[in-house]
Amino acid sequence: MQVSLKWLSEYVPLTLPAKELAERLTLAGVKVEKIISQGEGWDGVRIGEVLEVEQHPKADRLSLVTVDVGEEESRTVVCGAPNVAIGQKIAFASVGAHLRDGHTGEPAVLKAAVIRGVESAGMVCSERELGLSEAHEGILVLPEDAPVGSALQDVLGDTIFELEVTPNRPDHLSMLGVAWEVAAQTRVKVKEPERVYQEAAASTAAQRTSVTIEDKELCPRYLAGIVERVKVGPSPEWLQARLLAAGMRPINNIVDITNFVMLETGQPLHAFDFRKLGGQRIVVRRAKAGERMRTLDGADRELTPEMLVIADATKPVAVAGVMGGSDAEVTSATTTILLEAANFNPISIRGTSSALSLRTEASIRFEKGLHPELASVAARRAMKLFIEIAGGRAAKGLVDAYPAKRSDTRVVVTRRRIEQVLGSDLSTTQVRAALTELGFGCRWVPPDRYVVRAPYWRTDVNIADDVVEELARVVGYDRIEAESLAGAVPPPIHDPVRDLRESFKDAATAAGLQEVITYPLTTTEVLLAVEPAGALEVHPPLRLENPMSSEQSVMRTSLRASILQTIASNLRRARGTVAVFESARAYLSTPDDLPDERQLIVGGVGGVRQGRWGEPTGEALDFYDAKGILEEVFERAGVELAFRSGEEYGLLRGRTAELVAGEERVGVLGQVHPQLASRFEIDGDVFLFELNVAKLLPARKMETRYRPQSRFPAVTQDIALLVDAAVAASRVQELIASSNLVAEVRLFDVFEGPPLPEGKRSLAFAVHFQSNEKTLTDADVASARERIVRRLQHELGAELRGSQA
Amino acid sequence: MADLEALRSRALIELSAAGDAAALDAWRLAYLGRQGAVTRVLRGLGELPAEERRAVGAMANAMRADLEGALAQRQTEAENAAIAQMEAGGIDVTLPGREGLVGRLHPITQTLREMLAALGAMGFQVAEGPEVEWEYYNFDALRIPWYHPSRDSQDTFWLEQKPESEKRVLLRTQTSPNQIRFMEKNQPPVRVAVPGRVYRFEATDATHEWMFHQVELLAVDEGISFKHMKGTLTQFARALFGQDREVRFRCHYFPFVEPGAEVDIQCGLCGGAGCRSCGGEGWLEIAGAGMVHREILENVGYDADRYTGFAAGFGVERIAMLRHGIDDIRNFYANDLRFLRQF
Repeated sequence: MQVSLKWLSEYVPLTLPAKELAERLTLAGVKVEKIISQGEGWDGVRIGEVLEVEQHPKADRLSLVTVDVGEEESRTVVCGAPNVAIGQKIAFASVGAHLRDGHTGEPAVLKAAVIRGVESAGMVCSERELGLSEAHEGILVLPEDAPVGSALQDVLGDTIFELEVTPNRPDHLSMLGVAWEVAAQTRVKVKEPERVYQEAAASTAAQRTSVTIEDKELCPRYLAGIVERVKVGPSPEWLQARLLAAGMRPINNIVDITNFVMLETGQPLHAFDFRKLGGQRIVVRRAKAGERMRTLDGADRELTPEMLVIADATKPVAVAGVMGGSDAEVTSATTTILLEAANFNPISIRGTSSALSLRTEASIRFEKGLHPELASVAARRAMKLFIEIAGGRAAKGLVDAYPAKRSDTRVVVTRRRIEQVLGSDLSTTQVRAALTELGFGCRWVPPDRYVVRAPYWRTDVNIADDVVEELARVVGYDRIEAESLAGAVPPPIHDPVRDLRESFKDAATAAGLQEVITYPLTTTEVLLAVEPAGALEVHPPLRLENPMSSEQSVMRTSLRASILQTIASNLRRARGTVAVFESARAYLSTPDDLPDERQLIVGGVGGVRQGRWGEPTGEALDFYDAKGILEEVFERAGVELAFRSGEEYGLLRGRTAELVAGEERVGVLGQVHPQLASRFEIDGDVFLFELNVAKLLPARKMETRYRPQSRFPAVTQDIALLVDAAVAASRVQELIASSNLVAEVRLFDVFEGPPLPEGKRSLAFAVHFQSNEKTLTDADVASARERIVRRLQHELGAELRGSQA
Repeated sequence: MADLEALRSRALIELSAAGDAAALDAWRLAYLGRQGAVTRVLRGLGELPAEERRAVGAMANAMRADLEGALAQRQTEAENAAIAQMEAGGIDVTLPGREGLVGRLHPITQTLREMLAALGAMGFQVAEGPEVEWEYYNFDALRIPWYHPSRDSQDTFWLEQKPESEKRVLLRTQTSPNQIRFMEKNQPPVRVAVPGRVYRFEATDATHEWMFHQVELLAVDEGISFKHMKGTLTQFARALFGQDREVRFRCHYFPFVEPGAEVDIQCGLCGGAGCRSCGGEGWLEIAGAGMVHREILENVGYDADRYTGFAAGFGVERIAMLRHGIDDIRNFYANDLRFLRQF
């Protein structure tokens, strides 16, 4: 809503500078988003009168305009506007005036120029050059009574507030509604405009027409007024100026009056050419299936029975509350008009407006919910203006179809509730003053309550807390004290999955992985690249009903594609290692409920190994680079998992490990299958891991129990073994470690190939023997070692290769 | 005797030639060790005739003491020389150190965690909820029925559904639905923070993303008033932006609160005077808030005459952008490591 302060000041005295007023209104919930100073920088622009217009000697499209600017000598300048004419009052800028460039809209200082050989010291301005609007096809023509020689600012200067209007406040879409806010914030009184008019016609409105409301739910009230012998023509300048200041285009006096009153009161109005109404009557009904009409914007609209229309005896003449039809449009030939001031159901208007994709000044007001009383206030105001401005004669009375009169909203507000919500008590004087200044009625009912009546323009106030908000914003949100929360702190919330997930994020970053956050929307094709078709049959991906693009149309069931895409895009830019992870949800559909939002941690490593200084080397990453990172993550996060050889869709067989907690598979790590990698445009080897956070819970080391460090010396011996290549190194290591005299086992060499026999490999371990009870003798160590070697032979077929002390 | 003299001079010559700790140690083994030449002489004394034994013994013992003294001196010299050499041949300490992989949390995670930590200090605990949500929780239970104009500002991604199901499913447009879920399951006192992703059907530009994060606060108990909302949110905003930041509360409308407010902090660049960064207003909006509407408390079965509470919603991206001076929200999910590694 654009509020001209000049206009506003007709309803309420403005006692504060604009900036301060804007601040007060903003804090009170009438947010001033922008203050536009019209005429700021109009120094050097004065009102002039066009005395002569001559053809430019060298250019067809230019003219030489002589202007009286209130000085002894008139000025002659070059002008390209087609609409310039003798006798017009115009805005004349002298050299040095601060204007805007007519083409670019950028600020510019006017200079003297020679245009096609004619010197031009000044300019007749367009709206755009003055920063009034974007219009620059022609010059701005001022009202005839504009005083020649005065500064333009005195006539057209204004300050415009651009308001943000919340959905609950239709009154903020009216000058009067804003005036009430100003009144309450600055403690002044609102001056309501005059609404009494002469009813000069012989007949009554009820004799001339009738109103039938067929659907009372959708139309609680319909007022019709008749004005005859109107003279349709342009509105007076002041009226046009008001509409322009509010951002509306003047059309003709009748339409302009309906718009003016809408801007003033917030009640949309409509005027029909009475003679074009079939049967000279109004029927408010639902549209019939297949019924069509042409609206004022020239569009042919197909109507449905959900839509309310205003019809005459035979056909619809307006889409109720949205837009009039062209059949009964007011034109210059119109002599009798029927004024509509009605109240419509906001839900119905909203539905119709969105079904027709037609949001109008009327519909945005109706859909916020107006009071039926407002219709009668606005009707009387409009009738008065029709008579004054269009010279009509009003039929007596108004036809008022108002089947169920809506009573005023009365709310009981206790003192206790005010204190309970705001945290402090307000005096009865404060309460009464605040509410009265806003136009509310307020009666104190001792000992403890107020009975509050909301004014008809405040349909948003319905319960006690609504009144409490009114009090708070008049007192000022800034004046309410701030206090820390006291009282009981609720018991802790346990969310072990979240706790573990967060510690995994810390562990992953500490291990060198960069966290990323990716979009959860993708395509089925992308999901099929990383998941077997069977998986998508078990949990068909959720599809959006209204995707923004086909690339983002289904909810992901896997994070793998997102990680591969992230690695790919970063490998295109960076050399070296790209190591990333994401902690997010996969959305697995279920037959009858919301999806299972499974928390996953998925990461990947790609690129080449980095050297001492982080520079890329020629060395490819291998499985163990990725595994090393992941082991560090587990170590830091405090989970114990085993790696087992496994298989996984999209990963390379033989280079894939499943991660196991107890007997349950909780995740996977492996080299991405080269075909999958190239599907994501990744050239080199890339490794991917995935963990299901909830399933990791049992693998957490629950609490660390302290074990005293042994006071006795350790003896280290190496054990080198020849084993079948198929025997997992982890099994050998676990077997050695299971001896109760072994404190630690560490692999230090793996060797395969000649001279070793085919299918065999050598594994060498450094084994630390240590006891908590005594210093081990050579004999103790020898016998423990002997037992280990025997078990290795029996259980794993390992063969001792020789040992050193 | 002459042999001993020769041994001594040979030992001293070799000692003077031994330049470092290793050579000195070898020398010690060669002469003074268990198998060393001097030790052997001393051990061989028993084989000498008694008259010679005494003189040779004294001489050999004296020689051993001399050699030990000389060794100690040489060791000190060698050590000093070695240190001097290390100091003389200093390295370029400005060469980069050995580099490993460095990973960091996403800036949104970092901001989110700071927010939750500040809230945790005020007793707000984290309660997460689903992102795919029933229309009821996202809208209706929050007093936003289908026809409510507020739905216009929260354009929604709807999920396709089976024709037979009546309840519509959507991507949550706000974290507020979890207020309802939490209150349905818990009795006052309530003090929770709900973090998470939210989605809006909205074209992206420098300040709009269709996916972003919110943190929702909810406190419900006896005796909680507007004052506490102001106190808590001011404290929280200052924890994020600095203790000297001005915080203001503007009246605003949200269907699920009454009275409602928007929370602004003073612009950090101009200090409230108005600049480009704050659009000339001097203030930056950081949250929507208000006293929980009594119908919402009633909807979850609370006694709305007894309990009151406040709720607030913060945009995490917005906070991160303000704190780091990020001018384009699209950076967050482009996942360019050159961006992410700055935080």
